[in-house]
Amino acid sequence: MEHGSFKDNSHATFTLGEEDHTLANAVRFVLNQDPRVTVGAYTIPHPSLEKVNIRVQTTGDPAKEVFKDACQELMQMNRHVRSVFDKAVTEYKAEEERKVKKAAEELQRQRELFGSMDIESN
Amino acid sequence: MESDGEEEVRRIVTDEEKLEAQNFNIFDLPDVPKGLPPHLELQRTRVVCEVKAPLHATGTIYSGAYISSGVDNSVNLENFSENFKVDVISLTKTDMVFDMIGIPPGVANAFRRILLAELPSMAIEKVFVVNNTSIIQDEVLAHRLGLIPIVADPRLFEYLSENDQPNERNTIVFKLHVKCPKGDPRRKVLSSELKWLPNGSELLKESAGGSTTNPKTHTSFSRSQDSFPEFADNPIMPSFQDILIAKLGPGQEIELEAHAVKGIGKTHAKWSPVATAWYRMFPEVILLKEFEGKHAEELVKVCPRKVFDIEEMGQGRKRATVARPRDCSLCRECLREGDETIEGEAKSKGKAEAKSEGKTEAKSEGKAEAKGKRDWVDQVALRRVKNHFIFTIESTGSQPPDVLFTEAVKILEDKCERVISELS
Repeated sequence: MEHGSFKDNSHATFTLGEEDHTLANAVRFVLNQDPRVTVGAYTIPHPSLEKVNIRVQTTGDPAKEVFKDACQELMQMNRHVRSVFDKAVTEYKAEEERKVKKAAEELQRQRELFGSMDIESN
Repeated sequence: MESDGEEEVRRIVTDEEKLEAQNFNIFDLPDVPKGLPPHLELQRTRVVCEVKAPLHATGTIYSGAYISSGVDNSVNLENFSENFKVDVISLTKTDMVFDMIGIPPGVANAFRRILLAELPSMAIEKVFVVNNTSIIQDEVLAHRLGLIPIVADPRLFEYLSENDQPNERNTIVFKLHVKCPKGDPRRKVLSSELKWLPNGSELLKESAGGSTTNPKTHTSFSRSQDSFPEFADNPIMPSFQDILIAKLGPGQEIELEAHAVKGIGKTHAKWSPVATAWYRMFPEVILLKEFEGKHAEELVKVCPRKVFDIEEMGQGRKRATVARPRDCSLCRECLREGDETIEGEAKSKGKAEAKSEGKTEAKSEGKAEAKGKRDWVDQVALRRVKNHFIFTIESTGSQPPDVLFTEAVKILEDKCERVISELS
């Protein structure tokens, strides 16, 4: 829901239902990074109601577009986080498997070494 | 003669000179410093932890904050993609510790909140009690059953709303029937006694005015959950088999049926798939001066997390080094004054004022001579690196922690998408 004025669409307040600090703070950060934004803030009118009011004021561009851009950017950041995380986890798992295999091989070698030593002593 | 002078002044500017003027950047000149001066860089990237309170905790998030120094403070997609890194430190079936570098704190907190409150999982919601002669009341028993974590991937199930019929796609049915025979000693009822019923409920519903058709149970399973490929080999059961549910004395019996449904932590904490999830910022410990001999030993002894180590420098001289800054729990024991004498107190007040100015190095020499148990306080700088988070996720067992984190990121993406579609 956008509360703004018809004449000047560069200032608006967006009311999101069923949202809380989780999304609002993350969006606020990305919003403030945009050089077109003069005011980017959020408030929760009452903690019992699940509503967030996000205020966007820009230097001329329509506030709706700027807010949408911020959400888009957050979405893309998340996608990037996911891909980097997945890669890091698979690398870690592969590394662990390598270590386990190396340790098993080492153990096997040592067993063989001791085995051959026993035969010699006999 | 005058006309000659005018011609000399009105030189034609060549194209090369024009190009040079266009591309001129003052920061390319050799003696202009690049980047921010060190004290501003400290403010921008570090939270300074002092004895009384942390400084510079809120970041400057405005992208043009340092534009006059030529530093771009923005975190747009390009430089985020370049600088973002994840390092997995440890990963087991239930616990995970990993580092996230280059992520803004609001987003990291969003992940933590989603992990705790908005990731779905399965937990017992409805308990049909047939017989309970134990000393644990029905509702207490039901509450305890609800808190037992269940190993079932919630992505394979749907939510059960008020109007829906419980069926094999949204309900998991467990049975608990335990008896303590007379003459036997007191026995414990553990979570291992919860039996999974893949074919659905076995309790018959009472139908008004006896019907001749098939008696209905409390669920309408059209096929056995056993037949699903995911559950064929891994039967659904509680994560931990040794959770104590109740204790039965001789002659007491519990017979009940429990239905587990999908939910999120916001509704009730039993549906939170993580035991807990937290993050801390990466600590940085810097020794502002050389700690030698007695001071070095004192410093090493004082730290409860053994962050510092003694290094032999030859000729019997010892030095303190920061060996494990990662283990620092920011207890500030190394910053704390020892037993304060009256002189120590007065000097510490003076120190507090000096700290608020931001510069301690010049005054440190004088303070080092102050009387007090520890005269090396002030020489340790405790800082935290912004945008570098050490995340710990402890799962309750239903899903491995790396899957949980991926799902949490997906949920944040979905929220953004929902907002965008609402606006369009």
